[in-house]
Amino acid sequence: MNVSINWLSAMLGRSIDPRDAANRLAMLCVPVDSVEPLFEELNDVVVATVESVKRHPDADRLTVCQVNDGSTTIEVVCGAPNVTAGKKYPYAAVGSVLPGGLTLTARKIRGIVSNGMLLSEREMQLGTDHTGIMELATDAAPGTKLVDALRLADTRLELDVTANRPDLLGHKGVARELGASLGVPAKLEPIPDAPPEGPPPVTSNGPAKVGGIEVAIEDVEGCPRYMAAVIRGVKVAPSPTWLQARLRSVGARPINNVVDATNYILFELNQPLHAFDLAKIRDARIVVRAARAGEHMTTLDGEKREFQAGMTLICDGKGATAIGGVMGGGESEVSDETTDILLECAYFDPKRIRATRKALKLTTDASYRFERGTDFMAMPDVMRRAVALIRAVAGGDEPEPAVDVYPKPAKSRTVFLRPDRVAHVLGISVASDVAQQLLTSVGFVVAPKQNRLAVQVPGWRPDVTREVDLIEEVARLHGYDQFPTELRPYRPSSVPDDPVEPLKARARRVLTGLGLHEARSVSLVGAGEAQAQGIVNPMSLEEAYLRESLLPGLVRSAQRNWSVRERDIRLFEIGVVFHESGAGRQPDETLRLAGVLSGAGTPPHWSAAGKSQDYDEWDLKYIFGEAVRVCGAEGEIVEDDAGWLLRDAAGNTRGWARELRADQPAWAAPLYGFELDIVVGRQRGMRYEPVPSTPPVERDLALVLPPGVEAGDVESVIVSAASELLETATVFDEYRTSDLLGRSVAWRLVFRARDRTLKDREVDKIVSRVLKLLKDKLGVERRQA
Amino acid sequence: MPNPTAIEQLEAALTAVDEIATADADRLTQLRTELLGRKAGVVTKVLRSLQGLPAAERRSVGARANEIKTAIEAALDQREAALTAAVDQARERDRSMPGRPSWRGAVHPITAVVDEICDIFRELGFTRVVGPEAETEAYNFTKLNIALDHPAADMQDTFYLSPGIVLRAHTSPMQARTLERFKPPVRIVVPGQVYRRDAWDPSHAPVFEQIEGLVVDEGVSFVDFKAAIDFFVRRFFGEDTKTRFRPSFFPFTEPSAEVDAQCHICRGAGCSTCKYTGYLEIMGAGMVHPAVLDNCGIDSELYTGYAFGMGPHRIAMLRYGIPDIRLLFENDMRFLNQFLE
Repeated sequence: MNVSINWLSAMLGRSIDPRDAANRLAMLCVPVDSVEPLFEELNDVVVATVESVKRHPDADRLTVCQVNDGSTTIEVVCGAPNVTAGKKYPYAAVGSVLPGGLTLTARKIRGIVSNGMLLSEREMQLGTDHTGIMELATDAAPGTKLVDALRLADTRLELDVTANRPDLLGHKGVARELGASLGVPAKLEPIPDAPPEGPPPVTSNGPAKVGGIEVAIEDVEGCPRYMAAVIRGVKVAPSPTWLQARLRSVGARPINNVVDATNYILFELNQPLHAFDLAKIRDARIVVRAARAGEHMTTLDGEKREFQAGMTLICDGKGATAIGGVMGGGESEVSDETTDILLECAYFDPKRIRATRKALKLTTDASYRFERGTDFMAMPDVMRRAVALIRAVAGGDEPEPAVDVYPKPAKSRTVFLRPDRVAHVLGISVASDVAQQLLTSVGFVVAPKQNRLAVQVPGWRPDVTREVDLIEEVARLHGYDQFPTELRPYRPSSVPDDPVEPLKARARRVLTGLGLHEARSVSLVGAGEAQAQGIVNPMSLEEAYLRESLLPGLVRSAQRNWSVRERDIRLFEIGVVFHESGAGRQPDETLRLAGVLSGAGTPPHWSAAGKSQDYDEWDLKYIFGEAVRVCGAEGEIVEDDAGWLLRDAAGNTRGWARELRADQPAWAAPLYGFELDIVVGRQRGMRYEPVPSTPPVERDLALVLPPGVEAGDVESVIVSAASELLETATVFDEYRTSDLLGRSVAWRLVFRARDRTLKDREVDKIVSRVLKLLKDKLGVERRQA
Repeated sequence: MPNPTAIEQLEAALTAVDEIATADADRLTQLRTELLGRKAGVVTKVLRSLQGLPAAERRSVGARANEIKTAIEAALDQREAALTAAVDQARERDRSMPGRPSWRGAVHPITAVVDEICDIFRELGFTRVVGPEAETEAYNFTKLNIALDHPAADMQDTFYLSPGIVLRAHTSPMQARTLERFKPPVRIVVPGQVYRRDAWDPSHAPVFEQIEGLVVDEGVSFVDFKAAIDFFVRRFFGEDTKTRFRPSFFPFTEPSAEVDAQCHICRGAGCSTCKYTGYLEIMGAGMVHPAVLDNCGIDSELYTGYAFGMGPHRIAMLRYGIPDIRLLFENDMRFLNQFLE
C-alpha cells in the first residue's frame, strides 16, 4: 500500500516529516518498506504557453512554436500533432535533465534550432500517453514549476500492510494511527467545489428502487449489504489537477473524473466502489445473485471469464454485468459518452471473494480489500461522500437518496477486556484508564463494566474478535519498546533433547576430523524413481521431486567443483531422504549420511616433491567404516562386486560404498562415494578398560594365500584359533611374486597376558596351532624364506 | 726418454688444488671437468698419453701421475663435501620451510550458526528437538490458527505433495506436535529445513533452514519474551547490541512482533548491509496465540507462552558477509575451506 505524505498531512491538518511518520508507523502498526520523494526528476520542467504554431518549412509533420516560459519567448520545434497556440504545456529548457537521465541540448531539426522540448506524459514518466504533448488545464502562470502546478511534489511511503489490518489499506486508517501517535485526530480533507452531502441512504431489508432502477440481493451470504445511487447528467472528462495529483501520489493512473473519484474513495476510505453506465443496465434492474455454473462474461480487462457456483454476480435484467467485488464487465463500463451512472457501494463476504479471485486467478485492488474485510458500518457515510465527490468533479443533478439494501443488519461487536489479564499476558500492569485511553485513541469505544472494559470494535477492525486482540492493541499502543527486558526465573523444560541431534553432531566431528567438509545440497531434484515423492506444484521440472538419496546431490557438487578446476573434493552431507507412502500420507523420511572423495588424499608438501597419493578405495573403506561405527545400523560390512555394503542384523542393506561413475574431466581423479542410514540408539557409551601393565609379544606371520582364499577368511581363522592372549592381528604387507602360486599377506600378531609377562614358548605354541589350523582349513602356509 | 711436457703439465694441474679449496659449487664442477673429464680433462689426457711410453719409464712417470690425480681427486671431493655439508646444514636449519599439513574438514556455516543459536538458548533452558519436513495441512496451518480461507494463509506459498500433505513452510508445526505430546513447562528450539515456493535469487531459495523457539508455562509474559530475545541478540551479535521490537502479524502469535537487531556492521549508524536503517530484521515472534494452545488441548487461560522463528541462512549471510544465498548450496570447496575452525 502506497500512502502520500501530502494526503496524510491534509487529514491531520499539519505538515508531516516523512521519516518521522515512517518511524512512528513502523513502531506502532505497519512495516514501512521505503520512503520515496516523488517526481524530483521533474524539477526542471516548467509550465509554458505556446504563443504561435507555424508549419516547419522543410517537414510536414513538424511545427515551429514560439514558447513563453515566463521570462522569454523561445523557438521550439515540435513533432506533436496536438500542439495548439494559446495552450499550456510542460516545457524543458536546454540544459534540463529529463527522467531517465537525458540532458537536453539545443538541436538543429531540419535546419531550425529547437531550444528545448515540449513534453508528453510518457517523456515525463507521468503516464503512458505518447500520442501528443501533455495539455495542461492549469491557471498557473508560465514559468511555474510543473510539480507545483500539478501539485506533484510529495513523498510516498510504501507500507507492507499485514493481512489482519485492512484499515491500513486506506489513508484514513493510516492517518488514524499516525494521529494517535501525534495526538491529533484524523479528519477527511474537504472536497474542493463539492455540493453539500445528500441525505443518508434509505435502508431496506428487501428490494428497493432508486432512480428508476430496482435493486435486489438474492445472494445475501455473498453480499450482505448493497447500496446504489443514480447520478444523472455527469460529464465524463479528465479530473481536476488536485484529484489527479492524489492518484499519482499513490502510483495510480488518472483515467476520467468518474473512475478517478471512485479510486480516490478506495485509497482514502478503503471502500471499493463501482460506477456503471446507467444506459447499459438492461431492464432497469440490478440483482446481486450467485453465479450459475457455465455462465460467462467479458470483464473490462477484455478477458472472457467463466463462472462457477460460489461466485457472486451483479446482474441486470439480462445477465451478468460485473463480478461482485472483483471486476466490472466491459459492457457497462463508464465511457466518454456516459451521462448517467449507477454507483455501487457494497460489502462482499471475504471468504467468498478469496475463493472467487483464486478460481479466476484475478486479484484487483477491490478483491484485495474485500478479501481482507471492508468496513460495512461506514458504508452510508462513504456513499454520501462518493456522490458529493463525483458531482464535484463530473457534475450531475442532485440525486435521489441512495438505496441501502441490507436484509440482515449486523450489530457492532463488543469484546471484553480484563485489566488483570492484560497484566498476566504482558507482564506489566496497565491501569484501566490508561488502557481505555489507548484503545479510544484508535477508535474503539470503551465502557467500564464491573471489573472489565466493554470494548466496542469499530467496523474497520474486523481482526479484533477476542480479548487477546485487545491486549495486542494495548501492547502496541503502549509501545513495545516501553516494556522492560528483565530475565525472570523459569522452570526447566519437560521436553527431552531429541537424541538424533547429538548423534548428527558426533558424525560431523568424526567426518570433519577425517578431513571432509560438510555440504548442504538442495533436497528438491529433477527426476525420481518409482518410490520418489513428487511435488504437485513445483517451481520447475528440475525441482519437482524430493530426493531419495543424498549421493546424487554430492555428485553434482563434485561436478561443480570440477567445473571450477578444483580437483580435490572431500564432502559429506547429513540430510533427510524421502519415499512416497501413498496419497494423503506423509512420505517416509529417513535420515542419511553420505560422502564423496576425489583427488589428493593429503595436501601436497615439498618433502614429497609436491606429490601426494590420491584417495583410493582403501581410504573409502576406512572412512565408510568410521561412518558406520559412529552412526550406522548394527550389522556388518560385506564386500560386493562394486565395493562394500552395510547389512543390518535382518539382512537389509543399510549403506554402501563404492567408486562412482560421474561425468568428470580427464584430469580429475576417481570419485568414491558412500551413503548410509543414520540409526539412533545403537551407539554404545564409551567404557574404560584397564591400560595394560605387561609387555606385548609380537609375531609376524607371512602367509601364502592360494587363489580363492581371502584375507578376511584367514583373519577369522587366526582369531578363532588363537587364545584370548591374542590382542590384535593386523595386516601389514601384501605382495605377489612370479615364483609364488598365490600371494603373500603378512600379519603382525600382538599377544599379551594381562597378569604376567608372556613367555616365548607359550606364544610359539599358539602360533603353531594357528598355522596348523590355517593349513587344514584353508591350505594356507607360511611363506618359505 | 721421459716426457717432460706430460709431467710438467701434470705438475701445473696440481697447482689447481689451491683454487679447488675455495671454489664455489659451479666452479668446482667446472674444475672437475677441466681436470678429470673423461674426454678433455687435462689429467685424463696426460695419463692416456703415457700408454705410448716404454714400460720402465711408464712406471716411474705413471706413479707420479697417479699421485697427482689422487691428490686432485681428493681435493675435489673434499671441497664438494664441504659445500654439500653447508647446504645440508642450511636445509636442516631453514625453519621457514612450510610444515606438513593434513586435510581438515569444516562444518557447513549454516550448521555452525544453527548450533551457536541453539547453544545460546540452551543457556536459557531450551532443549533441542526436530520434526518431519513433510507435514499435514493440520499441523502446517490449522492447528496454528492459520485458516486456509484467510489471506494469512498466503504469507508463505506452500509446496503440496498430495491432498492434505505439504512440505512444511515453517518449523512452527513442531509447536503443535510438542504441545500435544508434552505438558508445560515447554522450552524448546527446533532447527530444520523448510520449503517455500520462492524462485532462486540472491536472497531467496525454495529450501532453507529455520529455527523455531517455543516457551509455554504458567505466567510467561511479554516481558519474559522480550528478555529472552534481548539476551539472545546480545550473546549472538555482541553485548552492546540493541534490539528493537515492532508490531507485526502472525496468525499463531498475539501480540506479534518483528524483531530487529542493531546492525553489527555500522552499529546503528546506517550502512549498505542494513539498507541505512541501522537495524537488521532477524526474526518474527510473539506471544503464543491462545487458539494454538486450545487447539493442542492446553488451557489457554492458565498457560501462556512465546514463540519465535528465525532464518539461519539470512543470519549466516549477515554474519559472514555472504552476498548470495546460492553460495550456501553449491558446496564449492573454495567456499567451504573458508569456514575451517
